[in-house]
Parts: sequence; structure tokens; C-alpha cells
Amino acid sequence: MAYQVNGSEIEHDEEGYLTDLSQWNEELAEMIAKTEDIEMSEEHWEVVNFLREYYDEYQIAPAVRVLTKAVGKKLGPEKGNNKYLYELFPYGPAKQACKIAGLPKPTGCV
Amino acid sequence: MAQDPKAQAPKTQNKPRKEMPSTPLLDQLEDGPWPSFVTGLKRLATSEDKPYADMMKSLLGQLEHSYQTRTGYWKGGTVGVFGYGAGVIPRFSEVADKYPESKEFHTLRIQPPAGMHYRTETLRKLCDVWEEHGSGLIAFHGQSGDIMFQGTSTEQVQPAFDAFNEMGFDLGGAGAGIRTSMSCVGSARCEQSCYDEQRALRTIINGTLDDMHRPSLPYKFKFKFSGCANDCVNAIHRSDMAIIGTWRDDIKIDQEGIKAYLAQHGRQWMIDQVVTLCPTNAVSLKDDDTLTVDNHSCVRCMHCINVLTKALSPGDERGASILVGGKRTLKIGDLMGIMVVPFMRLESDEDFAALLDLATRMVDFFAENALDHERIGEMIERIGLVNFLEGLGLEIDPNMIAHPRTNSYVRTDGWEAEAEKWTQRKGPQAAE
Repeated sequence: MAYQVNGSEIEHDEEGYLTDLSQWNEELAEMIAKTEDIEMSEEHWEVVNFLREYYDEYQIAPAVRVLTKAVGKKLGPEKGNNKYLYELFPYGPAKQACKIAGLPKPTGCV
Repeated sequence: MAQDPKAQAPKTQNKPRKEMPSTPLLDQLEDGPWPSFVTGLKRLATSEDKPYADMMKSLLGQLEHSYQTRTGYWKGGTVGVFGYGAGVIPRFSEVADKYPESKEFHTLRIQPPAGMHYRTETLRKLCDVWEEHGSGLIAFHGQSGDIMFQGTSTEQVQPAFDAFNEMGFDLGGAGAGIRTSMSCVGSARCEQSCYDEQRALRTIINGTLDDMHRPSLPYKFKFKFSGCANDCVNAIHRSDMAIIGTWRDDIKIDQEGIKAYLAQHGRQWMIDQVVTLCPTNAVSLKDDDTLTVDNHSCVRCMHCINVLTKALSPGDERGASILVGGKRTLKIGDLMGIMVVPFMRLESDEDFAALLDLATRMVDFFAENALDHERIGEMIERIGLVNFLEGLGLEIDPNMIAHPRTNSYVRTDGWEAEAEKWTQRKGPQAAE
């Protein structure tokens, strides 16, 4: 299983998470988003970019609460809640935003 | 269960019937005297007129393979329904090439009604939905408190949920959020019930529902509701916040009822089964065949009431105790809940609003202060009970301690002065 981007193949697992996280690029993110029925807006990118920055620094995806707080701080308190994030990513930021951002598949029974 | 061969004839003409796998190890589990889950799985697997028969044959094959190799072959994933971050437990087979029909076997957790009351019509409809969209296999109820609809494919998850939702049911909790709650049957049918458990459950769960469906806590958080200290839903050790019914006036004694028990069973029985089994020696049987209870020593354990149901009953001033921190072994060993509110009335709208307020503050404090993958009981152990009580604004109360006189951690120097201060702080309430 693989995504086709600019003629190159990028492998993913059966649920669409990248096998090799270093192969991520913005074009690929747009493509993954499309398979999730998400049209990437500026707001989507803000969340995805935050996830990537956080992952670069800590080598782990942030807890959902850390994410909501960071979004609230950056984009205003009215956006720092679950409702806003689920409007952007209806199956949950842990599942969808991480997939689009090229982060590892979340573990645990979510 | 044997199928009528004529009934399945039309379907099997087009499609070759998948053979039942050979399952010698699973077959052994059917030997004993008790009903076996294997028999149930086989019944589903041989229901040839149902869409799930092949899936269940495949499942039996994989399970037998697991027993042979002593290895599990299920891995998780990220399947869900629109708008929800939890409630579906995804399972993908790692041996799907050998057992293709059961390559996906996801579970839907559906919240039961409070007190678990159903009409038979509802039960039939639930079964019909799962026969259409899933495997027909239902755990009723799982230990999580949910109805576990086990076994469906990724593409059937959303339609199955939609059908349940249409009936008025909702997904339960999973992951690091509020979990599905349980209450005993309580006030609906039980004479020992000390508050309206169903109302308390609905008040708290409806008030914290967002944290169930869109989990963002450090780890799981469970509420459970028992109407008395018999604790039929095991709230004290299986929930983070246990709401357990109790009373604070005197046990009600019907002396005529006591005489009837004595006439039927005799004094020796009464002494052996009731008097000597009272954990605080609060019960005594008088020479004139009356029973008395020293209510000041009584710890509301329910034993005498359970034995003498027709003569004893909880008092009239009923309410609930709230205990926090029960859990199974994780970072530290098993814990029972710690008493944080010895008595709380649960009668008026304001009482229930106060309960919800406490629950919400508890969850918020947990969310802000617990470490990742830490239950509230472990958090309290780490930060100290005093800090936890201060954080929640709960006043320390002597009633939180079960047996002050036998507890080596209780210091009694300055007792009189402290008692006086407490009486003044509590004002007229202290006398209650």
C-alpha cells in the first residue's frame, strides 16, 4: 500500500499512516487529507504544523489537552476546545490530524 | 442449534458453503458442566442463512490457531464514527491471509440505560441491528458497563452506530476519557436504595458527555453509582468516583419483625448470624427479645439489614457518600476509594446540581494535575490527600476516618480544641 506523489511511491500501513515518517511533505499531506474527505484550510494547516513542530521537539505526539490548549493560545480561547478541533477533524485530532501530519499511529484503545 | 435444511436451500445454491474449521482444542472447552462461549460461536457460525456465518467460521479458525500457537493475533487501529473520538474498539487480524472473512472484527461500545432497564422489544431490535451489520455476537454487558457489540467490519461501523443511535442509544467511552457508567437497579426496585441512582448517573454523565466522546484526559475516569453499601456495581473499587448510598439517622427497627424472625429461626441463629457478625459490635439482642443498635458505632455496613430484611431498614435521612480513587493495579497496586464526602443529600434539584458541580471540578482537577496514564487514585497518592482536598475545596471532616480510635495515624493531642474549632466551622450543621 502506498501513496503516489509526483511519480514516487510513499508506503503506508493499512490505515493510511506513513511507514517512514521522514518521507512526509506538504503535497502528501494534502493527498492524505483528501482520502479522509478533508479540504485543507489555513485552520487545518495550523493544527498540522503545530503537531509537526511538537513532534520534532519531543519525538511524541502531544496529548489532546496539550493540543487544545496550544490551539487556544495561538488562535484565541474560542478555538481552544474539543468542539473546534472536531469540526476540523471529525474523527478526532488524534486519529486524523496525526495521520495528515505524518505522525505515528496513536496507540491505546481510542 | 440445528438449522432447518429447507430454510437455507435458496442461498446455498448460489454460494458454496464455507466449511466449519476443525477446532479440537476449542471443542474441549464445551466438555465441562457450564455453558461455553464456544457453543455460542459455533451456533452463529452455522447460522447459514445469516450474513455473518462465514465471518464466524473464520473467527473460530483463528481462535483455534491462537490456542495452538498460544499467541493472540489481534491488533488495534483507529476506526471510529463521525464526530466521535472514542467508543469503537478496532481489531484487525494479523493472520488475515489464513482467515480472511474475520480480518476486521471491531467492537462497538454502546451505553446501556441507567439501571439497565430494557423492554423486550428494545432487546430484539438491538439483536436485529447486530445481525444485519455485525456478527450477532453481543456481550450483555461487558465489565466496562457497555453493551459490547463484538465483531464487525470497518465499513459497517458507521451504519451500525447510526441504527443504534436512531433507537436512542449512544456510544460509550474508551481511551483516556470519561467511561461508560453503571448504576445498580436501585430506587427502581430495591428497598435499600438511599438515593435516585438513575438520576444521579444521568446528571453526571450528561454533564460530562463531551469528555466521554472526545477524550482528552490524562487517563480513564469512571463514575459508578450504588444505592447502598452493598455496592452491587462494585463502585468502591472499580470507579474513580464512587457515589454510594447511606443514611445518617438511626437504622429503623420493626420489633414485631424481629420477633417473627426469632420465632422462625430461634435466638441462637439470631446471635450467630446477626449479633456476632456486626463488625463494630453495635447490635445486641435483649432478654425481652428486642434488638437494639448502637447507631453511633454503626458503620452502615448493611449486614444486619441484609439478614433481617423484613425487620430492619436504612434510616429516613438518606443520601450518599462519595469516595474517590478506586482502581485496579497500574502504577501502584489496587486501591479502594477514599472517603472525601461522608454524607451528601441527594433529593432536590440543587442537591443533584451540587453533585454534578463536584464531579466536574473533580474531572477538571484530574485533567490539570494528573500525569499521563495516571488514575486519580495514583495522583492522590503522589500529591497527598490534603492537597487534593484543598484543590477541590473540600473540608476535612472527622467522619472521613472509619475507626479513629484504632487508627495509628490519628493524633489525639489537642483533640478537644480541634473538635471545638470544627464545631464552630460547621456551625449548626455539625450537630446533624
